Amino acid sequence: MGLLRNIFGSRAAVTQLPSGSITVNRAGEIVSSTVSSAYPAELLHTVGKEVLALLREARSAQMPLAEVSIHFASLRITARELRGGAIIFLFPQTALSPAAN
Amino acid sequence: MEIQHKILILDDDVDWLELSREMLAPLPSKPEIRTASSGKRALAMLDAEPFRLLICDLKMPRIDGLQVLAIVRRRFPELRTVVLSGLEDEDFRSRAYAMGVDMFWLKTEMQRNLQMYLECLESLLGRDQETGFRGIQSKNLMDIIQMECLTRSSTVLRITRGSLVAKLWIQDGELTDAEAEGVRGETAFRRILTWKSGTFENLPSEPNRERTIFKPVNALLLESAQAIDENADRAAEASDPTVQAHRRTVWKLSLLTRVGAEFVVVVPPEGQGAHEALGTQIQTAEQYARWTRRAAAIIKHMGDAVDAGPLLHLDGSNLERQLFLIPRENRNFLVGWSPEASEGLLEKTKKLVASWDS
Repeated sequence: MGLLRNIFGSRAAVTQLPSGSITVNRAGEIVSSTVSSAYPAELLHTVGKEVLALLREARSAQMPLAEVSIHFASLRITARELRGGAIIFLFPQTALSPAAN
Repeated sequence: MEIQHKILILDDDVDWLELSREMLAPLPSKPEIRTASSGKRALAMLDAEPFRLLICDLKMPRIDGLQVLAIVRRRFPELRTVVLSGLEDEDFRSRAYAMGVDMFWLKTEMQRNLQMYLECLESLLGRDQETGFRGIQSKNLMDIIQMECLTRSSTVLRITRGSLVAKLWIQDGELTDAEAEGVRGETAFRRILTWKSGTFENLPSEPNRERTIFKPVNALLLESAQAIDENADRAAEASDPTVQAHRRTVWKLSLLTRVGAEFVVVVPPEGQGAHEALGTQIQTAEQYARWTRRAAAIIKHMGDAVDAGPLLHLDGSNLERQLFLIPRENRNFLVGWSPEASEGLLEKTKKLVASWDS
């Protein structure tokens, strides 16, 4: 008994979706965050970095974006450009979440 | 010595055969009446002895009337044929006449107008020395009209095409009136000439018919032929890939204008062809396409990292415009809207993307 637990560990590898907001500076470092500290910091860092890349690419394509919303099936990420950095809001999507637009 | 003709009646209803035999008894030429209750039997009888007239039912088990008639037309071209059917369907009448039958009668109609029916049969039996050709389905309508006019005929051509019926009035070789699909005159005539196939029959002339066509028939035929040729050219043009591509572009631009979007850039995956852009300059379109491709890659990476599921759409805005990026079937659509556009933009964008390849 408990063989599977010995092999795979006692916890299932399920990460809760992030909820809250983060502010990243132009270097992609997280300046402030309201997301639960249980959420892996490196994943938040990835989100911040990718959002900045998205905004930077838009600028270089001659269409700078003041605000962008990325609608995934289970998460909505809304980012507002902030003097080279960005403030990013993370909303997990459920069946009860308000429809976009 | 007067020849005694033979009539063969084919019907699967034995009672009806007996009744028919009695009904045909008063025919003045006193023909010999024979009957067959199946197509196979009828063909065997026709093979065995000469008949002048075949009266055939349509709806029969195994070999139906149309099948029998098809065989008869080929093997016994001299045999006169009459269809006597209970099927009140214009399509069967057209098909029967197309096969070259001499007459088509409904059983109900025949019983009501027995005397007329008998006269028709007598007339068919009497045409011993008749010359002429039948079965001119290989000729088109223009040929038939020209033939009627050249021979200075007076007739009414009743032309049937499926459920459509048209009539042409020819008086002393001049086309005087036409009627088809609810219109009369030259318009009707032109419409009739576009029919590619059908059947026709000559009805007695109607000299008192009001004249609506005054142009010479040759002039009308020439005009109609030119119009048909032009239409054929247009159809050929439409099958040209360049013309098709041009039409698609025009249609997409009209779609863009209709929904009120500023531009659309459709970006296939890397290495799978060039992007397609409408409503924007070439240079700008290239920049937009590059960003769309980069954005799709960034979003995918981010979505995978946080297990957020697939991208449904992205929307962004600045002072100059609002943007939507929607993935669809391996491609990404970037749609730009003016900043003033507000109501239901996501729905409009989705509809535009969905109908893009229609």
